[in-house]
Amino acid sequence: MNTQLLIQLLVNGLVVGTLYGVVAMSFVLIYKATQVVNFAQGELLLIGAWVCWWLLTKYQVPFYLGMPITLVFMFLFGIAIQVVILRPMVGEPIISVIMVTIALSTVFSALMKWMFGVNLQPFPRVFTTQNVNILGLQVQTVYLMSLAVSLAMMVGMAWFFRLSKYGLAMRATAFNQQVAQSLGISVKSVFAMAWAISATVSAVAGVVVAVVNGVSAGLSAYGVKVFPAAILGGLDSVGGAVLGGIIIGLLENFAHFLDSEYLHWGNLYEIAPFYALIIILMIKPYGLFGTKDIERV
Amino acid sequence: MATQTLIPAGDFRTTYAADTTVFPTRTSRNAMIVGIVLICFAPHVLNEYTLSLLIQIGIFGIAALGLNIVVGFTGQISIGHAAFFGFGAFTSAYLSNRFGIPVFFCIPLAGVVTAAVGLIFGLPAARLKGLYLAIATLAAQYILLDFFARAEWFTGGSVPASAEPFSIFGYSLRGDKKYFYVVLAYVVVCYLLVTNLIRSRDGRALVAVRDHYLSAEIMGINLTKYRTLSFGLAAFFAGVGGALYAHYNQVVSNEGFGIDRSIIFLAMIIIGGIGSVMGTLMGTAFMVLLPESMEWLSVALRDSPIDQFLGLKNNIAFLREMAIGIIIIVFLVFEPDGLAHRWRRIKAYWKLYPFSH
Repeated sequence: MNTQLLIQLLVNGLVVGTLYGVVAMSFVLIYKATQVVNFAQGELLLIGAWVCWWLLTKYQVPFYLGMPITLVFMFLFGIAIQVVILRPMVGEPIISVIMVTIALSTVFSALMKWMFGVNLQPFPRVFTTQNVNILGLQVQTVYLMSLAVSLAMMVGMAWFFRLSKYGLAMRATAFNQQVAQSLGISVKSVFAMAWAISATVSAVAGVVVAVVNGVSAGLSAYGVKVFPAAILGGLDSVGGAVLGGIIIGLLENFAHFLDSEYLHWGNLYEIAPFYALIIILMIKPYGLFGTKDIERV
Repeated sequence: MATQTLIPAGDFRTTYAADTTVFPTRTSRNAMIVGIVLICFAPHVLNEYTLSLLIQIGIFGIAALGLNIVVGFTGQISIGHAAFFGFGAFTSAYLSNRFGIPVFFCIPLAGVVTAAVGLIFGLPAARLKGLYLAIATLAAQYILLDFFARAEWFTGGSVPASAEPFSIFGYSLRGDKKYFYVVLAYVVVCYLLVTNLIRSRDGRALVAVRDHYLSAEIMGINLTKYRTLSFGLAAFFAGVGGALYAHYNQVVSNEGFGIDRSIIFLAMIIIGGIGSVMGTLMGTAFMVLLPESMEWLSVALRDSPIDQFLGLKNNIAFLREMAIGIIIIVFLVFEPDGLAHRWRRIKAYWKLYPFSH
């Protein structure tokens, strides 16, 4: 058994998993607040990455300036999507809402390919040192950065929901829209804010992935991996999404390890999360922390 | 009542049979028969290119019809329809190559095998609904695509599988002109089948599950059975469509059965009208003609300022994808009932012309 490879892959899985967790968290945020399943989450990540790349390479903006500009842009972009496209869909059947987000993802991914091409573009170097030695294990600096940023996002999200006034308003809306509205919460602005925050958080994840691997159309694959993560954690649990993301990331890399060492099937790590997804849906559809939907007549 | 030539002003129907009849008047039935007879002359009048478009509309129309059963009539969501379409294509090619079964029997057999696979993936539908089901079908899409890439004995792996041309009584129907009749026959049979299914007891059960599944269950409809059944039926028509597609191209490669194709199938039924049988065909025609018309437009605009700005020649593929997405959004926001609804409105307008108000 190749222990070195296993440890390397597990570290890899942890890093990728926390990123999945961040994206899944922003996915769950939209679902919880607005009851919309966002199939365009991966594209939000992609747009954030491309915008940052564009600022950094075309306008030579330094990273510490480019990143905030990207986030402000994505914040406004999230509001724009909600107001222009999803607000008219309130009250429509679930299939229509799902189809709108699927169509949005098609439009965005094609738009990005059109504007920036299909090739992988390397991201400008952000860090000067390549590797850091931790307990005898060579870890890339970008990995550490990715882990740190993800954790910071999670802590920030937890603070936002538990302690800020807006977070309270959002939780109230998620709990019961009518009651929240009668208590003076503007449900409209909560919906817009949910999309704005989700887009911003996704963009952070997108930039992190871009710094690690470069930018390409393939980034939107993160949007698909969100589903196994969010389902495993429970569709309406923010903490569950984070945990689900980490588990899926580890599972993916463990499948990769099994595959390369013993099975030699090829590509197992890409498909393993979907088998996991089906199994979870069959035995525990509401995930680890999701609330079970009880219907009364 | 079915013998009238025009619908009387007012509702005089006294029996359920009159209410559920396929053709409300003699005129509408005759118009349909005349239409089918007229389209039989198409191969002699139209050129190869137009004919190939018609064949595509027929093939995708059958598969989209299956999707409309599951989405439109049963109210479940399936994002993995293209994978079943692909499965039908590979199955038919495999059956005819491996076991030497005549292609004539391979196509319905492929439908049956695909239906079995659809039932397996429909099993989660017994417990799940709405979003959870949508996500399960998304997983089915990826798992089946992975299976196509992996199972070399079945699909040929990276080498495309070849499919025999269609033949009946030793007479080979090769080429667009002859194959058109095969597709036409299948379209007529499939659309008749589904139209009649919706009028039957089982069809009404499906619609009841869509409209209010709790009430349906209380009325004694077996939810598990009908949800799974609708997936099986959808996969059956997808399989038949896929098999027709395989024997039309005579080669099946791994390309073209991905999630983007599934989205196009969904677009077909949304544009045509969710829960409308004839609307499905309209939506399919729209979605087949949309990329083609964009192609014509890009040729017409060559070297014009618009072309120079957009770079049409290189970017037509991306623009086409964007157009598909935008069209879906536009229809969902402005015309959620699709072309079928628009068509009814137009008919209603002309019925009372010029005194429509």
